[in-house]
Amino acid sequence: MTRYAIRILAVIIALGVWHFASTMKIDFIVSFKNIPSPLVVGSALGDLLTSSKFYVHILVSIKRICIGFVLACLLGIPIGILMGRSRFAEDLILPYIEVLRPIPAVAWIPLAILMWPTEESSIIFITFLGAIFPIVLNTIHGVEQTPEVLVRASQSLGAGKGAIFWHVVLPGALPSIVTGLAIAMGVSWFSLLAGEIISGQYGIGYFTWSSYTLVQYPQIIIGMLVIGLLGTGSTALVRRSAQPFLRWQVKGR
Amino acid sequence: MAIVTALKKTDPLPAAAQPAARGRISIETVSVVFGRGEASHLAVDRAQLEIPAGQFVCLLGPSGCGKSTLLNSIAGYVEPATGRIIVDGVRVERPGPDRGMVFQQYSLFPWKTVRQNIEFGPRMAKKNAAEIDEIVMRQLEMVGLTAHAAKFPSMLSGGMQQRVGIARALANSPSVLLMDEPFGALDAQTRTLMQENLLGIWNEVRSTVVFVTHDIDEAVFLADRVIVMSTAPGRLIADIEIDLPRPRTLDTFTSSAFMLLKKQCLELIRQETMRGFHQVQGGHA
Ligand SMILES: Nc1ncnc2c1ncn2[C@@H]1O[C@H](COP(=O)(O)OP(=O)(O)OP(=O)(O)O)[C@@H](O)[C@H]1O
Ligand SMILES: [Mg+2]
Repeated sequence: MTRYAIRILAVIIALGVWHFASTMKIDFIVSFKNIPSPLVVGSALGDLLTSSKFYVHILVSIKRICIGFVLACLLGIPIGILMGRSRFAEDLILPYIEVLRPIPAVAWIPLAILMWPTEESSIIFITFLGAIFPIVLNTIHGVEQTPEVLVRASQSLGAGKGAIFWHVVLPGALPSIVTGLAIAMGVSWFSLLAGEIISGQYGIGYFTWSSYTLVQYPQIIIGMLVIGLLGTGSTALVRRSAQPFLRWQVKGR
Repeated sequence: MAIVTALKKTDPLPAAAQPAARGRISIETVSVVFGRGEASHLAVDRAQLEIPAGQFVCLLGPSGCGKSTLLNSIAGYVEPATGRIIVDGVRVERPGPDRGMVFQQYSLFPWKTVRQNIEFGPRMAKKNAAEIDEIVMRQLEMVGLTAHAAKFPSMLSGGMQQRVGIARALANSPSVLLMDEPFGALDAQTRTLMQENLLGIWNEVRSTVVFVTHDIDEAVFLADRVIVMSTAPGRLIADIEIDLPRPRTLDTFTSSAFMLLKKQCLELIRQETMRGFHQVQGGHA
């Protein structure tokens, strides 16, 4: 209980500092001259919440995340499993991952625009790229750490290769896969924003950046907060939906 | 090594419960080598052993002598470099449900409940739901864990986990039960309880048991027969018949017959170890 009180207090302190800095127009190292105060942002938010366009921006972003993330799961988990199970597959695919993974989403944008027929598809592609690497790497890790004793135990209980995979390898890899999915969700927001800022007419990233060019400063802050909220919320959703499958992981051992 | 094949059965058994002649093991000059070339290592050296059906055999030896390796080759996890192992007339080539295995620890599927762990074998054998239910109930009752069926392994004590491991292996009614230091990670009190418990269970199922341990007390208390193994290379150096009456209880540990047998074991091991020691020394002189 007191811990929640502390958390709420922390938020209030931040709002207070922000309010003070922006109303006093502090200009020391960083400038608050053009930064709207929390109250101004709050009233702008009130206006936005009644505008359907604002929701369209949010929904477009969520749609892109969903498509990119689901595609990354559908491709990334099987690739990770394949690489974890077969040395040949690992040797074949790992060079691509090692070369491509360090390239940030922003650097992909020009190529994505050249390669994909529509702006929409290139943004989804970038979102997908952000998500797939953590998924593949964590799936490999999970699959490779299957305890040998469990494989042996299942063999002595009459399990064949297929049963070992379903009953031992996959459930054993699940915690690591879920971690990968949660990281991937964060990274895909990251990548989506990069894509939306540079191209497109919709999306919360576009909204944030266009607010700057339109000199609607309160909207910038609202856009940022919405992005933060959506990122945290979607990551929590990933972890929450995996929870029923991980009930066996009792803490404290 | 002289092979003692005399089978001792002192428990009064009703005629119907007489063991079926399943679980006969022949280990024929089995050697196991790990690694290749320069780095190769002889873990088991020409092991020769006949185990009649229904016998409780303890494989006793110091750490690293190759007990697990020999057991693993009966289980089919490890392939012998020479020789062969035959169980009920069939050569061992891979692991199978006719040879149940109990490991030292952490071998339960952590993501399956106690019940799901026990029913894994019967499910693999494609038994129908009613049969599986019956088997699971019987196994749970036998190891006294009926009340814990819905728990995950991480919620159980070490001793309970090992009982689940035993129940899981026995759910397939294997002809041979292989146990690799199953009580090695338990505290002394729990271990003694588990030993008695195991003998009770074995009295019901009467499968052949090969039980690996480095604890002489445990070996003498449990076994019909103790096979002693030496280190580097792993050789079977002694075969001792344990004719203590059954059922064995806590009192068995303090009986003079137990003490005498234990002393004999210790002396035999000492003699054999000394002989090996002198041979090695002689070889280098
Ligand atoms: N997979 C393996 N690869 C290489 N060497 C191995 C392997 N397994 C066992 N060994 C070696 O074979 C020898 C016998 O090992 P083993 O595990 O059978 O001994 P053990 O008698 O069961 O010992 P402990 O009581 O410690 O379990 C040891 O020297 C060990 O290092
Ligand atoms: Mg061992």
